[in-house]
Amino acid sequence: MNFSAELRLAHARQLSRRWFLRDCGVGLAGIAAHSLLAKDSAAPSPSAVPAKPTSNPFAVKAPHFTPKAKRVIYLFQAGAPSHLELFDPKPELTKRDGQLPPAELLKDYRAAFIKPNSALLGPKYKFARHGQSGIELSELLPHTSKIVDDLCLVRSMQTDAVNHAPAQILMNTGSQQFGRPSFGSWTLYGLGSEGAELPGYVVLTSAKGTSGGASNYGCGFLPTVYGGIPFRGTGDPVLYLSNPKGIDAPAQRASLDTLHRLNELALAEAGDPEIAARIASYEMAYQLQTSAPELMDLSSEPPHILELYGIKDVKESNYARNCLLARRLIERGVRFVQLFHEAWDQHGDLTKAIKKNTEDTDRASAALVTDLKQRGLLDDTLVVWGGEFGRTPMVQGGNDGRDHHNRCFTMWLAGGGLKRGHVHGATDDLGFNVTQDPVHVHDLNATLLHALGFDHTRLTYRFQGRDYRLTDVHGEVIRALFA
Amino acid sequence: MSAYEQHALCAVPPSMLRHAHLLVLSASLFTFTAAFAAPTATPVDFAREVQPILAENCLHCHGPDAKDRKAGLRLDTREGALKGGKSGVATIVERKPADSELIARISSTDEEETMPPPKENKKLTAAQKDTLRRWISEGAAYTSHWAFTAPVKAALPISSSPAIGNPKSKILNPIDAFITAKLPSAGLAVSAPADPATLCRRVFLDLTGLPPSPTDVDAFAAAAAQGLAPAVAALVTQLMASERYGEKWARVWLDAARYADSNGFEKDLPREQWAWRDWVIHALNRDQPYDQFLSEQIAGDLLPNPTQDQIVATGFLRNGMLNEEGAIIPEQFRIEGVVDRLDCIGKATLGLTLQCAQCHTHKFDPITHDDYFGIFAFLNNTYEAQSWVYTAEQQQQIAKLKNDLRAVDDRLKKAEPKWAEKFATWENQLLADRGKTTWIPVVAAETGSTSGLNHPVQLADRSILTEGQPSTRGDIFVITTPDLAGATGLRLEALCHDDLPFGGPGRSLYGTWAISELEVTSQLPDSTKWEKVALHNATADFSESARTLEREWDAAFDKEQRRTLGPVAFLVDGNIDTAWRADRGPGRRNTDSVAVVQFAEPLAFPPGTKLKFLLKFHHSGDDNGRHNCMLGRCRLSLTTAPDPRAAPVDYAALLSLDTPAGQRTPRQSDALFTAWRASDPALKKFVTQADALWKKFPAAATSVLHLAERSPADTRTTRLLERGAWDKPRHAVAPHVPAALHALPVDAPADRLTLARWIADRRSPLTARVAVNRVWQSLFGTGLVDTPEDFGTRTPVPLHQDLLDWLAVDFMENGWSQKHLVRTIVSSRTYQQSSRATPAQLARDPRNQFLARGPRFRADAEVVRDLALSIAGLLSPKLGGPSIFPPIPENVLSYNYGKVTYWDVPTGPDRYRRSLYVFRKRSMPDPMLSAFDAPNGDFSCVRRIRSNTPLAALTGLNETIMVEAAQAFALRLWREGGATDADRATHAYRLATARAPRPAERDAVVQLVAGSRARLRQGELKAGDIAFSSLTRPTDLPADATPIDLAAWTIAARVILNLDETLTKN
Repeated sequence: MNFSAELRLAHARQLSRRWFLRDCGVGLAGIAAHSLLAKDSAAPSPSAVPAKPTSNPFAVKAPHFTPKAKRVIYLFQAGAPSHLELFDPKPELTKRDGQLPPAELLKDYRAAFIKPNSALLGPKYKFARHGQSGIELSELLPHTSKIVDDLCLVRSMQTDAVNHAPAQILMNTGSQQFGRPSFGSWTLYGLGSEGAELPGYVVLTSAKGTSGGASNYGCGFLPTVYGGIPFRGTGDPVLYLSNPKGIDAPAQRASLDTLHRLNELALAEAGDPEIAARIASYEMAYQLQTSAPELMDLSSEPPHILELYGIKDVKESNYARNCLLARRLIERGVRFVQLFHEAWDQHGDLTKAIKKNTEDTDRASAALVTDLKQRGLLDDTLVVWGGEFGRTPMVQGGNDGRDHHNRCFTMWLAGGGLKRGHVHGATDDLGFNVTQDPVHVHDLNATLLHALGFDHTRLTYRFQGRDYRLTDVHGEVIRALFA
Repeated sequence: MSAYEQHALCAVPPSMLRHAHLLVLSASLFTFTAAFAAPTATPVDFAREVQPILAENCLHCHGPDAKDRKAGLRLDTREGALKGGKSGVATIVERKPADSELIARISSTDEEETMPPPKENKKLTAAQKDTLRRWISEGAAYTSHWAFTAPVKAALPISSSPAIGNPKSKILNPIDAFITAKLPSAGLAVSAPADPATLCRRVFLDLTGLPPSPTDVDAFAAAAAQGLAPAVAALVTQLMASERYGEKWARVWLDAARYADSNGFEKDLPREQWAWRDWVIHALNRDQPYDQFLSEQIAGDLLPNPTQDQIVATGFLRNGMLNEEGAIIPEQFRIEGVVDRLDCIGKATLGLTLQCAQCHTHKFDPITHDDYFGIFAFLNNTYEAQSWVYTAEQQQQIAKLKNDLRAVDDRLKKAEPKWAEKFATWENQLLADRGKTTWIPVVAAETGSTSGLNHPVQLADRSILTEGQPSTRGDIFVITTPDLAGATGLRLEALCHDDLPFGGPGRSLYGTWAISELEVTSQLPDSTKWEKVALHNATADFSESARTLEREWDAAFDKEQRRTLGPVAFLVDGNIDTAWRADRGPGRRNTDSVAVVQFAEPLAFPPGTKLKFLLKFHHSGDDNGRHNCMLGRCRLSLTTAPDPRAAPVDYAALLSLDTPAGQRTPRQSDALFTAWRASDPALKKFVTQADALWKKFPAAATSVLHLAERSPADTRTTRLLERGAWDKPRHAVAPHVPAALHALPVDAPADRLTLARWIADRRSPLTARVAVNRVWQSLFGTGLVDTPEDFGTRTPVPLHQDLLDWLAVDFMENGWSQKHLVRTIVSSRTYQQSSRATPAQLARDPRNQFLARGPRFRADAEVVRDLALSIAGLLSPKLGGPSIFPPIPENVLSYNYGKVTYWDVPTGPDRYRRSLYVFRKRSMPDPMLSAFDAPNGDFSCVRRIRSNTPLAALTGLNETIMVEAAQAFALRLWREGGATDADRATHAYRLATARAPRPAERDAVVQLVAGSRARLRQGELKAGDIAFSSLTRPTDLPADATPIDLAAWTIAARVILNLDETLTKN
């Protein structure tokens, strides 16, 4: 390699480090400037003063106040897991199996498919107390049960939507209507990203495609750079990562060196800073061609870690592998990792299907928390586990299914300054309505943003003449969830 | 020296800056506006200076929304401000800032007193406070918001700036007059014109979205040497005559119209809507006046004698998403659809954030909650229709067919002079017979489907309509407690409805249906058991002969093809594999039908017995319900008459009897005449002739989703929805528009056409401005108003309001001609400037608001892809037609909620069609186009944001079509690029950037080729792998080329396709 090529490589390496941090959105300058954190003068903490004005959309920014959590791993269980088989023990429902629900419960009630006056269905699995906290969990969750003292269980979740696509969109973007930015996008917009070589918001998927589709992790009206980037379990981990057939690494480097040189000549001629950004984007692409496969290659993980997550074949793409990848991503500075596992829509065949789902997910979800904890990452990482709504206490489809239910469901949170071994909220004896401390989707999102250091009413973006936020015009921070 | 060249000036030399009244300019418009005001003694300008302060800081609580208004104080009107709030203290006392509560409050340091309240996190600057103080002392004049007052043409400014050079020169283009007038204040001056090659490419990209060929560039350069202005004018004329013009500009409107090729939401089934897309292309190509362009899209169906094209145009408002998830309540998502239509109209035509008033009165703009539903009401009284779209030839063919059918009737009337008497006798007999049987419609106590996936609802006329998810297989049922003893028969009417495909009565791809089985069960009072009620003696007005199912309904569950269909007896034969179908064939299939079945024994149940009627559908094909055979609208009735039967008369004719003879529509009269003709064996000859003609009825090329106005009998009342929630209807709201805008025409009917005409009205303060701004944004990258979706009170007076208004008026004065508008802009020196940015320009005006240099920005996603295809010589010129399926990675395609079975990627020329024709699947944004920021059509998008990411870089380098383009580009260079690598490098640059490479550029390319060739020769790289795709073969090579040559050039071509300059409109 001659000297100039050496120099160029060094330059490229330097650029790539700054890449996602600085250059990849020069054109976005004024957009972010007058929206985010523009009103920080009244913020309670000195850290709320924004970093100096910059054109970099990923520059690390200080939130409104000292955050508990710096990053998020969101384990989205799409299709809506049954709280009654997993998290919310209901002996009374067992007793009333086959009976009709009380008429007063059904006033103004709307299920998705079934007639409200369908018979009650007793939980299909047994519950037992676990850990020092003595929290009751289902026998379907042997691994989650072991980490229950690290969990903050919210049994009083509520949502507005009873159909999958709108409910998933609501959970992820704070609106049933398509077109709003996802939680991950807001986080990236608000905090920037520490990951120099990887995107700030990475999406990992298992099972089938979600009802909400790409909008679940979209950027809505925020600049495109804040959208979630899927890392794929099969084929290229990042789309078009592989060179065309026949192009080896030296040919790629030679091509990019030429491109770099030609674009530099154009920059000198035209003087447009966008050209500098373009040069940097190609160098980062080159860097990503190395860093993404390295990230996805689990062969460097020790056997006990693979065992912990229950990964048998490191090449097989599944939920367990995604959980381990999530840890690897945040270790590399990625701000927000979101897993989507669309598999929980048990209108029928509940007993068998939910068992399969928990076999696929329980061990790895728990392993992730354990792994983060043993690496000292749990304290400032927020882990969220949950779907878009719950399931009816009433039966659907013969005697082995449950319909959509938006009045209550359970999610769990871990890390990020939240209480551990804690249960928040309660539902009635049938798991039908919340009886204590309801937490609406907007409240959850307000609380999660709070953990990240944001006043959810002040993390805004001006669009169509209005200051939009993740929580729309709603949301109360649930302070009781914090330790 | 041409007049143009005399104006070719560079940036102002630094020495000159010392003399200019310079302001420090920031990129922020707010800062700019404020800075403008600071040093002068001129009176405060309410619109520019005060209104933005009020809008940003006060109106959220003291604005138009009375419901949430704090302290009863309103500051968006002068009246309100003078009156003050509930406290009775005058908020503003004219000319007395010291007595004005407003000043006291904004100056207060008391946390309880100070405004805006500390919790709002808003703080006025000292300058802003001073502005308000001075404004009050000058009399606190209010003017209405700039964008709510109709635009006028201001006098063109006479430039006096010394920087403009020759003061005697006339500025030819008004745009330049406005632009140059402001440049001195920013210490800027006009840039030199772009060199002819760059300018030629710019005009090509802007007018057609495609690059010029080297020949085009040479021709333009030669013409420009004779005179730039005529050369540009000629080029514009040439390109505007090209069909490519409409394709390029259609994309802009398609974004605004949220066009996509799938329905969205979970199911995201494909839809056919490309006829509407093609309509847009043609409308732009023929430069349809923009006011008509809008009217036809909003209400083409309501124009007198609408053409097929005008119906297709109304597809605009049906481009939104459609939720077909199983558990939906169709009405909820119908309402959401109307909300989406308002949002689209607001953004695309009015530049108003209408959606802000869906839940409450707008916080900033004068749009009340009632106003929102006033506009909603114009759009609410509609069917969501679907119609066939025929080609021009087919339309002629149909017209001829109808003529021929009339001729048959004429021959009949000639052959049978007494036809009128006979017809009347027949009609009277029919009426009399019909009167013998009384049918009592079933009143549903419950409707549903066993699976819960389908949601039939009973309408006022007792018919039952099923919308929402079309199931592959399934059923619908109706439960009733009839107050009727001794029922002998059940009548099932299959009825048309305009919410169904092609009017129904079915929900299939043709609006047809097939009922596999009709079952009746009964449940005695106090029983939970349903007992079967025996049925027999089915009769119908029409049935097909027994036949097997057409192949398109093949289903995995019926591999043995057991299923048959035909006679009405199949309805009650206890065999799910047989179905009654009454498809009368193309042109006649979307019509009503009837069947009557008898109870084996007259019903004799105790009072309170429930009857359940179940219609089973088992004759569908696979494919997520697209090939369903469900009945969309039906009505069930019971009778006690003995031996009830369906008359063997076409049911549409029988229904036509309900309308008195004089009032029948032609369709009704036709139905009766045809039925009579069929009833008389003596007329069989004519029936045979007519049937033969009908057999020639063409199968439509495609269909379109569109809006249709509801029939008067079916009028829908609009109600205000509390907090915008679909299930909280409150008081009725009549169609109306916000009072702050221009008035509706007096005495106009309260329908969609009136709304359309109101929007496309010369009196509208917004419509033309919004259109002009959108075109400006496309050409310059940023609009004159940089929030094209919002011209409301939160939008400060734009820097170039005078120019925007001048262009808006000029646009209307020139017949709303978009081509005139584009030509005006492209002819300006402002547009033609070099885009080269000097450090001084970058420092003074980083965002190029003052336009002292030409536009330079990365091309839109579609243009990026089209550029590569054009440069490679691969682009297919085919215009319009069904969207094409681009190659996408399997890991994207397989990750859909519903399996995508229709993604047939073409391997022929269609593979390389323009990106406009790439299939847009909403839940799976096209990976190539979305990497370059193309929106996916979920909602109206009038402003794309341009990003610059490594993902786009990877796409440019490695995406399948890009790689194939690089290979084809190499081949092209070898064929036509000359004899040496240096020649080829030059040709490559000219194809990609329109200009010849500088020596250093040429050498770099040649070096890459040489280096690659060396490695190829040494066998380090495989030439065949690099140079050829799975679709090309080494045998395609020119005689003098080796695979090694091509591979080396493929590597270089890939680089050139990814040059910043290639991707950029320069």
